[in-house]
Amino acid sequence: MAIRVVTDQAPIQAPTVTGRRGALGSVARGLTRNRKALAGLGVFGLFVLVAILAPVIAPYDPHALQFDQMLQPSRAHLLGTTGTGQDIFSQLLFGTRESLLIALGAGLGATLVSVIIGVSAAYMGGVPDHFLNLFTDFFLVLPTLPLMIIIGTYLNNRGLVVLIGVIVITGWSYGARQLRAQALSLRNREFLEAARVRGERSLYIIVFEILPNMTSLIVAIFFGAALYAVLAAAGLQFIGLGDPNSLSWGTMLYWAQANGALLAGSPVWVLAPGLCIAALGGAFALINYAFDEIGNPALRPVRRRK
Amino acid sequence: MLELPVRPQGAELIRTVGLTRHFRLGGFLSRRFLHAVDDIDLSIHEDEIVALVGESGSGKSTIARLIAMVYKPTAGEIYHRGRPLATVRSRREVLEYRGHVPMVFQDPYGSLSPVYRVSHGIMRALKLHRADLSRRGREEEAQRLLEAVGLVPAVDFLGKYPYQLSGGQRQRIGFAQALACRPELILADEPVSMLDVSVRIGVLNLMASLRRRERISFLYITHDIASARYVADRLVVMYAGQVAESGPVEDVLAHPKHPYTQLLLSAVPDPRAPVSLPATGEVQEPPRVIDPGEGCRFRARCPYAIDECSRVTPRLRLLRPAHDAACHVATSDLVAPAPTERTDKDASLR
Amino acid sequence: MIATATRPLLEVKDLCVDYLTDRGAVRAVDHVSLEVRKGEFLGIVGESGCGKSTLLFAIARLLTPPAEIASGDIWFEGNDLVSMTESELRHFRWKQYSVVMQSAMNALNPVMSIGEQLRDAFDAHQRLTGRQVEKRSEELMRIVGIDPVHLRSYPHQLSGGMRQRAMIAMALAFTPELVIMDEPTSALDVVAQRSLMLKIKQLQREFGFATIFVTHDMSLVSHFSDRLAVMYAGQVVEVGETRQVFADPKHPYTVGLMRSFPSITGALQPLSGIPGSPPDLARPPAGCRFHPRCPHVMPRCKVEEPDFYAREADLVRCFLFDA
Repeated sequence: MAIRVVTDQAPIQAPTVTGRRGALGSVARGLTRNRKALAGLGVFGLFVLVAILAPVIAPYDPHALQFDQMLQPSRAHLLGTTGTGQDIFSQLLFGTRESLLIALGAGLGATLVSVIIGVSAAYMGGVPDHFLNLFTDFFLVLPTLPLMIIIGTYLNNRGLVVLIGVIVITGWSYGARQLRAQALSLRNREFLEAARVRGERSLYIIVFEILPNMTSLIVAIFFGAALYAVLAAAGLQFIGLGDPNSLSWGTMLYWAQANGALLAGSPVWVLAPGLCIAALGGAFALINYAFDEIGNPALRPVRRRK
Repeated sequence: MLELPVRPQGAELIRTVGLTRHFRLGGFLSRRFLHAVDDIDLSIHEDEIVALVGESGSGKSTIARLIAMVYKPTAGEIYHRGRPLATVRSRREVLEYRGHVPMVFQDPYGSLSPVYRVSHGIMRALKLHRADLSRRGREEEAQRLLEAVGLVPAVDFLGKYPYQLSGGQRQRIGFAQALACRPELILADEPVSMLDVSVRIGVLNLMASLRRRERISFLYITHDIASARYVADRLVVMYAGQVAESGPVEDVLAHPKHPYTQLLLSAVPDPRAPVSLPATGEVQEPPRVIDPGEGCRFRARCPYAIDECSRVTPRLRLLRPAHDAACHVATSDLVAPAPTERTDKDASLR
Repeated sequence: MIATATRPLLEVKDLCVDYLTDRGAVRAVDHVSLEVRKGEFLGIVGESGCGKSTLLFAIARLLTPPAEIASGDIWFEGNDLVSMTESELRHFRWKQYSVVMQSAMNALNPVMSIGEQLRDAFDAHQRLTGRQVEKRSEELMRIVGIDPVHLRSYPHQLSGGMRQRAMIAMALAFTPELVIMDEPTSALDVVAQRSLMLKIKQLQREFGFATIFVTHDMSLVSHFSDRLAVMYAGQVVEVGETRQVFADPKHPYTVGLMRSFPSITGALQPLSGIPGSPPDLARPPAGCRFHPRCPHVMPRCKVEEPDFYAREADLVRCFLFDA
């Protein structure tokens, strides 16, 4: 029996899960204090702005074919033109929309599935937990790229929804494991028992008592899933499994590769979307690191005070 | 507390008969069972505080959870005002029961959700159990509840987050949540064990005053006999999942009949009492009861164990007025021969 | 029992320990001075947040960042522990003084048997042959009351009480002069607790080592300690002979603390405890730290910090005793 005597005052070390504005408030506060988070959020914010303002900023219609082909970057065309005479810069700006949509949509979808499966497994326990675990593990060990390729090839519809669907199917299992682990550790906390003894229904307990205590992890998983989505989408589109007529960074890469951009001396056509993908992915990764640091003070950068 | 030791008992709120709860160890095909509680006969009446005292593994917390309908009994029955809990099934009936018999928890840090203000639990409890109140009514009632547990000014406290309150204050919020249901009986599972010593008395005094003012009974679960004496009318001593001894608190302390109770009393640190401890050999802790056989579970540590103690499990015997113990060796102080088994109809003796 | 050596074994002078947080330095131990004589049993009593564990860790030189010794001295047998480096400290650790932690499960290595851990301790501090280590280990186990067959057991196979005894066995491996104990019985049930206390006292008498015993439960040390120090909010508020402190507590906090323990013998009385709660050490009250909760508070207490005043061989940090 471990009867520990608890401090009868606010502890000296900064408490981890607290906040003046509740769960989301404390997440927001933690993020704004962290340099990595700020950098990541900054880059992400920039892309969001670009996506919204694309029609305003872009000099030309991205689909317009009236320009000379394979032009080098110049004042008229900041990043040059494609093999079919489209302005790369405008394409990049408009492509941000779809790429962001895929990243956030697939990220959200994967996170939703992870939460439902992971938390339900932890809450139900026993045999249902056992089977959900098996289910999760099955998806966890499936090789994602081959699976995506197979699904992508079999399905005739190459639209956005299918793309997002494929990413969600292959991407949810990782988060589910983590969420289940945290939900299990929460399960023994007395405030959940108190809620049950108070007479709350199970669904209420899961949604209003368990989930709010997991916001930090859920948000972190979302960004992790979004990161995975960015790269997975780019990969799928690059090898031609996306819709080649849509406009996103990945399809730009596809067309660049199809037209032999590097060999033909137009590296910008490849580099521009590639760097954007890397930048957005990097932004999500930075935010993810920030969550690690917020959760585990031992990882925080030491600020020297003298 | 300072009242007369013998008082007429109110109606019976809770009675357990042969209450048993086992937990399967290992996977779902395992045959090994942990006997958390076995064959418990317990009763709690109106207007009384019953202390359930025992060390770790004694089963006291399990009993609370069985009465709170968190666990289902493996065997035996629990009656609430004569009605078996097994028949309480519909959501409405269960909710009503939970309103009559709420629970207060041990951990001041863990018993409140850190992401909500402390008013959250109280307001939810009011919403669930006081459908008669309007929203305004609930807000007013919440304030009244905080005042009843000594948190004033109530308005200030309602808006705070748990981390802004001290441990003692958090436990009081726990009591306020329980009070919101207008309960008959509060199950208090070690409510002060994790609080600082100087804060404990305040919470214990609160329990005593709630009993006096609001006529609420308590099942006070603790490992600390001294605090049990301070608040309780009756004492039930548990060992290894069974009741060892039970009776009016002063009588059990003055005339402990079960050797375990005697051991427990001698081990309590009391600056005013001289140091002594009967020899018990190497075994110092209660056993983990896995698939036990017949026989007294204390026999390995008992200085008085006889042959019968390893063959027959002792049952509770009346040895003094309203005071029984489960021991083959303990002697009766009653003038008339005591019945060897208590029956349910002997309620008048208690 | 109390040796008449002129120089105390351990002298703590004006020790201050700070925790560096991003809100600034929080002083957990504020100008604490103590002495422990050879063979003496000193109890340090206080509630959570009073700094007693921090003090203990500081004395044992086991503080880790963000905690650090801000100022003051610790003299052990005439040596200055504060200025010593890790390698110099190694000479002292375990041979001259050792530490018993609160929870053996946290301090013992779960994947090594008790015997292996003892051997580790021996190897680290002394050159002994395998046979010698074995003999000594068995001896130590017997001394603390554990069957030596358990040298082969792993910590999780032992009961809580036995684990704590194993920890004490390790602490006594080199028969040090001073054993520092941080609430070694708090994780145990009442019977095991009493049994362990008796054993500790017996060992102390037999081997003559001094002990600093930190606990939140005054009644636990009442029979065992020679002297008692009461801590509140990072300071020592009263120190004196145990019997004296119990018979006649002087500081209002000590009085209040005594009144917080219900008794199982004697008449049943209403108790009041101490209203309020300990202060946030990041923002301690001005003047006497106890004044917001003190029933005898005077205007002076709110602005000035009291010094120690002597009264019948006790020292009390309270203006009530400023004769």
